[in-house]
Amino acid sequence: MKSRTLVTLLAAGLVFFAGYAALFIAPDERTMHAIQRIFYFHVAAWMASFTAFFVVFIANIAYLVTRRIEWDFLGVSAAEVGVACCTIGLITGPLWARPVWGIWWTWDARLTTTFILWLLYISYLLLRGLLEDAPRRAPLSAIFGVFAFLDVPLVYMSNRLWRTQHPQPVFFGGNGSGVDPTMSRVLLLCAIALLGVMVLAVMDRYRLERLRYEAAELRVAVETRRAERESISSRGAR
Amino acid sequence: MTTARAAAILLAKELRLEFRTRELLNSTVLFALVVVVLFSFAFEPTAAESRRYGPGLLWIAFLFAGSLMVQPSFAREQSNDTLGALRMAPISPFAILLGKMLANFVFLSLAEAVIVPVFAVLYNVSLTGVAGRLAVVLMLGTVGLVVTGTVFSAIAAHARMRELLLPLLLFPILSPLLIAAVLTTASLFAEDPGLDRAWLAFLAGFDIVFLTASWLLADFLIEE
Repeated sequence: MKSRTLVTLLAAGLVFFAGYAALFIAPDERTMHAIQRIFYFHVAAWMASFTAFFVVFIANIAYLVTRRIEWDFLGVSAAEVGVACCTIGLITGPLWARPVWGIWWTWDARLTTTFILWLLYISYLLLRGLLEDAPRRAPLSAIFGVFAFLDVPLVYMSNRLWRTQHPQPVFFGGNGSGVDPTMSRVLLLCAIALLGVMVLAVMDRYRLERLRYEAAELRVAVETRRAERESISSRGAR
Repeated sequence: MTTARAAAILLAKELRLEFRTRELLNSTVLFALVVVVLFSFAFEPTAAESRRYGPGLLWIAFLFAGSLMVQPSFAREQSNDTLGALRMAPISPFAILLGKMLANFVFLSLAEAVIVPVFAVLYNVSLTGVAGRLAVVLMLGTVGLVVTGTVFSAIAAHARMRELLLPLLLFPILSPLLIAAVLTTASLFAEDPGLDRAWLAFLAGFDIVFLTASWLLADFLIEE
């Protein structure tokens, strides 16, 4: 438990340092100035969410192959944290786009794919909430998770093929080749910080899911025991 | 028994069941027509405007109709636990799924066969000369829709609020199919019609990906 507190403190410190680095250490961007600093957390959040969704996919496949309920716990934990990170990306994106592109949103391939991804994993979580029958929840939601993940490249390809025929808002800067080395180092720091937070959150959520599962099992066991005792005592009374 | 033969028998059973009442077909066709009519208030349905918005309108109507159409596939089996009986039969789980996919394909194709001519008349879109190619596009799009739709109807059948849940699961997944189907249809509705083969291939790819996935996952989907 002590090491867990230590790791949490370390991650918190890392996030604060990453925030400081993004605001004060990273050099000023030539055309966008201060607003560009949102980039460090925007991209890092996107990396964390995509990693989390990949973990969901692996967990879903692993569950279907091994039938171990632990993989189901991992799936739901990573999906929730992934949706949270994806939401950060979807909020910081328009905040950055408005002053730079002049619009809040554009239906560009990457933006659309992220939005659909977010919708897909929200529906994954919704589905899990609506599948009340616990032994069915794990396989059925795993199947949906596999379908959702298979869909992501198709969504990206279709939007890329389609929308690139239309004029796009101009991309300034971004993470192209001409990035200052300090910038990429700060980005790396932010990515590590957010990935660390993501992993910790998934671990905590996993523990919670396991405790919930154990509690539900105990409740069922208690109910069965009570029913048994009642039937015995009623027979005795007769 | 081979999977194909088992699926054919199940298809016959689904068709017989539906054509006794035609409840599902009648109501979904009517629903799609309502959608088509409502869209006429969303823009001015002149021939030029219809060429721009028509394909999207048509496929949105099919998507809505399709999600209603596939909904009872598995839910219908629950009231008498007939799915349990099907599972006991010595056939592969994929055969059960395939039979239902084929049935949904037939139903949705029939619905489209009614909706497309009505749409063409109401929106001044000329189908002469492109009917054959349009049939190919409709077929590929419908396959993708019913494959994912039937799988998700099996998933949603076990959930609460399944009528609402199914479209929520289905529509985001179908967004690439919608794009590809709308663009191929648009290429046929254009003033100088020509089939967009790249998008047609994409449609076929979508069908293959999800048909393979459902074949691989059928055992997990239809169990207990």
